[in-house]
Amino acid sequence: MKQKTMFIVALVALLVVFVAGTLVYTAKQENPAGAMSEAAVTALGRLHAPMLGPMEAPVVIVEFLDPACGTCAAFYPRVKQIMAANPGKIRLKVRYAPFHTGSDKVVAALEATRKQDKFWPALEALLASQDAWAPNHTPQIELALQQLGGLGLDMDRLRADMTAPEVARVIAQDVADARTLNVTKTPEYFVNGRPLPSFGFEQLTALINEELRARGSR
Amino acid sequence: MAEMTTAAPPNPATSRHAWTLLFIAWLIAAASTLGALFLGEVMHLPACVLCWYQRIFMFPLALILPLGLFPHDARISRYALALAVPGWLIAAFHQLLVAGVIPERIRPCTQGVPCSEKVIEWFGFLTIPLLSLAAFSAIIALISLTFIRGSK
Repeated sequence: MKQKTMFIVALVALLVVFVAGTLVYTAKQENPAGAMSEAAVTALGRLHAPMLGPMEAPVVIVEFLDPACGTCAAFYPRVKQIMAANPGKIRLKVRYAPFHTGSDKVVAALEATRKQDKFWPALEALLASQDAWAPNHTPQIELALQQLGGLGLDMDRLRADMTAPEVARVIAQDVADARTLNVTKTPEYFVNGRPLPSFGFEQLTALINEELRARGSR
Repeated sequence: MAEMTTAAPPNPATSRHAWTLLFIAWLIAAASTLGALFLGEVMHLPACVLCWYQRIFMFPLALILPLGLFPHDARISRYALALAVPGWLIAAFHQLLVAGVIPERIRPCTQGVPCSEKVIEWFGFLTIPLLSLAAFSAIIALISLTFIRGSK
């Protein structure tokens, strides 16, 4: 019977280690915004990103998105609706997470439209026409540029700006910050520095409402 | 234990040695299985295609080795090797891919998580595929030893 005892003890020990490890790890992961690492706070707080909404808005949403990501396109109008329902209370900050192969060029074009003050219409045009320029989830920059044709952009200037070093710097910074913040899927939201407890539009709405209640009642 | 043995080995002493070897092999397989589950399900690390193939060969080892332990059945070594050897080959291939010995051209997975990506690097050298390769190597070594002892 000694062998059986040994086996059972080993099995129980392994399972205990697994369960204890799981508990310790998840407890560590669930640290509130207050316990965020300094690097994460810096990564979220960058000021170079395109922003929508008043500076003094009590709720700041940082969204990491990929223009070629279908879920990002689906979520974007809904986030805009929440912003419209709470005028002046929410600020949206868009950060790039070009995870699709080929998205980097589209993101560069998007960043370049900022030099002509057309970022938001360009983003909305690209998200709305995703199927047209990213067939089979494969972004194609020429098709994407076609979608931007109707916005009154100086396309030659746009093409030149796409390769500008400062554009590349912004994208590299966003990608590095995404890594720091453990963003591996898009869209990823941080509401006043708090990540979504789990992914979903209801969870996002709940988190925004919670922050609105906590800070908006001043 | 001996009265329950079906494929009775000739010598109880060598049988006990073989049992211990199989038991250690099981310990490694079980620890690897739980470790892989921890990395994937608790830490939510993405698993690349090659990692999945290694799991396919490691997880059953954790389940079938105990069947050869209770009652002790020496034939389990044959069956376990059928899983451990292909698992080892995939782990070895994966390790070569991560080390860059095998060029990107024949990388089997370009979509999703590239297998050559190092998700974890502990102490500067310990990657997940290296752990897998070590586990499969140890299991094969332990099981092979049961053959040598058994033939004596």
